[in-house]
Amino acid sequence: MSKNIFVFVEQRGGSIQKVSLELIGEATRLAADLDQEVVAVLMGHNIADKADMLCQYGANEVLVLDHPVLAEYTTEPYVKGMEYVIRHYEPNIVLFGASSIGRDMAPRIAGRIHTGLTADCTRLDVDVEKYQAYLRSATSLPEDRIAKLDTADRNLKMTRPAFGGNVMATIICPNYRPQMATVRPGVMEMPQRDPARQGKVTPVDAGLSMDDRNVELLEVVHDDKKSVDITEAKVLVSGGRGVGSAEGYEPLRELASVLGGEVASSRIGVDSGWIEKDRQVGQTGKTVHPDLYVACGISGAIQHLAGMEGSEFVIAINKDETCPMMKLADLGIVGDLHAIVPKLTEAIKAYKAAQKVD
Amino acid sequence: MKIVVCIKQVPDTAEVKLDPKTNTLIREGVPSIINHDDKAGLEAALRLREQVGGTVTVVCMGPPQADVALREALAMGADEAYLLSAREFGGSDTYATATIIAAALKKIGFDLVITGRQAIDGDTAQVGPQIAEQLGVPQVSYAEELSVADGSVVVKRQFEDQAHLLKVQLPCLVTALSELDEPRYMSTWGIVDAYGKDVTVWGFEDLKDALNPEWIGLKGSPTNVFMSFGKQAKAAGAVLKGLSADEAVAAIMDKLIQRHII
Amino acid sequence: MDFQLSKMHLLQQELFRKFAETEIRPLAKEMDEKEEYDLDLLAKMQRYGFFGIPYSRQYGGAGADTLAYTLCMEEVSKVDASTGITISVHTSLCCSCINNYGTEEQKQKFLRPLVDGSQIGSFGLTETNAGSDVQGAQTVAVKDGEDWILNGSKIFTTNSGFADVCIVFALTDRTVPAAKGLTAFIVDLKHTPGVTVSENIERMGIRAASNCIVTYDNVRVTPDRVLGPVGKGFKIAMGALDCGRIGIAAQAVGIAQGALNEAIKYGKERKQFGKPINSFQNTQFKMAEMQTKIDAARLMTWRAAIAEDQHQNFGPLAAMAKLFASDVANEVCRFAVQAMGGYGYCREYPVERMLRDAKITEIYEGTSEVMKMVISGSMKLK
Repeated sequence: MSKNIFVFVEQRGGSIQKVSLELIGEATRLAADLDQEVVAVLMGHNIADKADMLCQYGANEVLVLDHPVLAEYTTEPYVKGMEYVIRHYEPNIVLFGASSIGRDMAPRIAGRIHTGLTADCTRLDVDVEKYQAYLRSATSLPEDRIAKLDTADRNLKMTRPAFGGNVMATIICPNYRPQMATVRPGVMEMPQRDPARQGKVTPVDAGLSMDDRNVELLEVVHDDKKSVDITEAKVLVSGGRGVGSAEGYEPLRELASVLGGEVASSRIGVDSGWIEKDRQVGQTGKTVHPDLYVACGISGAIQHLAGMEGSEFVIAINKDETCPMMKLADLGIVGDLHAIVPKLTEAIKAYKAAQKVD
Repeated sequence: MKIVVCIKQVPDTAEVKLDPKTNTLIREGVPSIINHDDKAGLEAALRLREQVGGTVTVVCMGPPQADVALREALAMGADEAYLLSAREFGGSDTYATATIIAAALKKIGFDLVITGRQAIDGDTAQVGPQIAEQLGVPQVSYAEELSVADGSVVVKRQFEDQAHLLKVQLPCLVTALSELDEPRYMSTWGIVDAYGKDVTVWGFEDLKDALNPEWIGLKGSPTNVFMSFGKQAKAAGAVLKGLSADEAVAAIMDKLIQRHII
Repeated sequence: MDFQLSKMHLLQQELFRKFAETEIRPLAKEMDEKEEYDLDLLAKMQRYGFFGIPYSRQYGGAGADTLAYTLCMEEVSKVDASTGITISVHTSLCCSCINNYGTEEQKQKFLRPLVDGSQIGSFGLTETNAGSDVQGAQTVAVKDGEDWILNGSKIFTTNSGFADVCIVFALTDRTVPAAKGLTAFIVDLKHTPGVTVSENIERMGIRAASNCIVTYDNVRVTPDRVLGPVGKGFKIAMGALDCGRIGIAAQAVGIAQGALNEAIKYGKERKQFGKPINSFQNTQFKMAEMQTKIDAARLMTWRAAIAEDQHQNFGPLAAMAKLFASDVANEVCRFAVQAMGGYGYCREYPVERMLRDAKITEIYEGTSEVMKMVISGSMKLK
């Protein structure tokens, strides 16, 4: 009988990726609902010393597959290693980060095992009552459809956005095991590390060899970060009349940089020559829909709003509390952007430094 | 070299909305397009053909209306086109879809298969690797550069923080990022040609010997849609005034953390 | 009767629409302001076969038809009327002359590079003293051995700033009325001694198009470049203008639809008195009226195009389409500017350019008054 929740632990150059810890945290919550255990699968070369840390974040057991063919990620050896683990241990659930590695190997594994896989999930549930509570609070579904769900159901309910985030769907895999999902990084809550926690560490010989690699790795290329088209950016820090000058965009640029986003502008900034035209948002500029839009000193003329009202979350910083941008914003701060923006950048830097995991 | 490109016809997603009453997708009036990544893959295939010769075949699984996506591919310069269309194929998840497409690819034959990395409607990125698995050939996904040299392809494979330059023996499968190549437009004469050619339509009968009929369609799909719904309408936001700069920063930080932005 | 476009035509329309939105729209404003056509854009359109749409594959054309060509004219003119006239003069005026009157050798030699995207064509008929009435024409061609020697000057030679080839009409017999003494010549504008092209003429609209004075000073033309019979130039020119009017009608439909689309987009977002202006019934009725007129103009244009494709007598149909469509274009553009108020009048929005561009459609390739002459002439009124 399929049992336990397995998490594929992603490491790059020996450093554990944050998403894997988030998954251990999520797996711990699901495991409690199922009364099962969390097993982390750590693959790589000379990485066994990371196993204890995974236990401290919540794994009950860590399977370590240590082999030189796993030193750099290539598809086939990782697929083969994970296939071995699944066939040998018969997990109930296997979770991967929806990263460029997780999304490369997981479908191939699901294909080989012949089971289902749900991509890029943003929510996972086993317990139906928790799932119902979520549906009631965050969706437009009518109560009668929510109420009639079978509360005895213990299938993994994998919820994900589709159609570019316009709709959400919950997917199940009722007839095959393991139930597999890739989970979007940054969505699941990061668990607390408890240095006192201990777990079992089990080396696994999956029978890998150097010949398993069916591609030749010619070179590892470290790209300089390319400049991003503002329509592609997940975070935009945008300035308007209140920014006041070309130099005034500098703190906005720094804020955008710590948020991993881009700086943008309303028309006035472009017309005044403070910033390049290709960063203009609005009817005569670009239409954007980032996850976060920080509007600094933008009053929100209709021509500008038309270009950004599809943003997921809007923060407005403006001296004028009656301006249209304040009405549109999810969070409006009445105040001086020149005072707030640099402090916000520092606060984010400090927060990130505190969160860093080795 | 025989290059086969798998394309999907998708709704131009930005326009798709959910009917609040039925909770189903409203697809009427939404234009259908060739999925971006797939089109970049098609462009890469056409350029490879220009460099090393050979043919470019396009394959699309979908309803009869997907014919126009294949005509567009032909009008861009593809040599031949296959539409995989049958009631039995309906409701397929990624596993079942890959089963059907892989069966067709086995019949068509190939040196190099190119798919898009992911489709903008489903966003799964699973069908390409699952086709490769069923064909038993190596895959390289997330390709941002692609070239061919003596029986191998060299692919620049993108990761979040770096890229790998990989060499793979043919036959293999590559999944293309939109960045791989800027697709050309159709040409006016290409469109005339596209409607002068035949699109081969394969149904269940044509493929049943090359696949396990238990593994396709809604019934053969390991995953099912349990529920689909729209997000709840946005509530009015909070406006905070009279805060010091530090208090304002704290208020913003709370939101950024709560929303997992940082 | 079938008012549906075929699948082939729908795909052509999609190509033109996408290309116009992606490639032409971002350049339209700047090209208008600089009064200069972007030659990279021109080359791109040549590469995708925008300059040989209705011509046979036998000569390197796309092998489509006049209807497909009108779809191109409408879609490009929706975003930039200057692009429309550039394609139209090349296709309808220059190429049609060679296609209809050229020998097989002339088609292979002169038509092929024009329709396969290698060269651009232009058309030289109008002179300072000869517009709608060719009687005042003064450009002459005199025989010198086997060759002809051209002298004179042609105003409003569209595309001449960058064209490779021009169909030039010159008097070869001054003893008869001009209508009987004109002959058509295929002149290489780039490599022929004695040809001078002026600066772009400053105009109110279609300012990105190239429209210059071309002067011919003792230009030697070899006999293989005489197009059609000597003395039949007037008939060739009028035939070309019949074709051209379908293109201009389509251009006018495009300008009108483009302007109306801008007004609709604006009116959805612009709020006055607490609601979007598109929610006022006065705006809605006006928009309905405009769309109806545009559709009527479009159907008339398609009818003329289909008649040409079916080798029917399409001249009067083309004249009616142009007369009506050019009138609609001007009316819709005036409406669009008005509907958008002060913003409509500003250069930030494209409708002021569209209004300036629309005017020419009532003038070139036969004024509206000449259209009425053509139409009434076909009505057996006397």
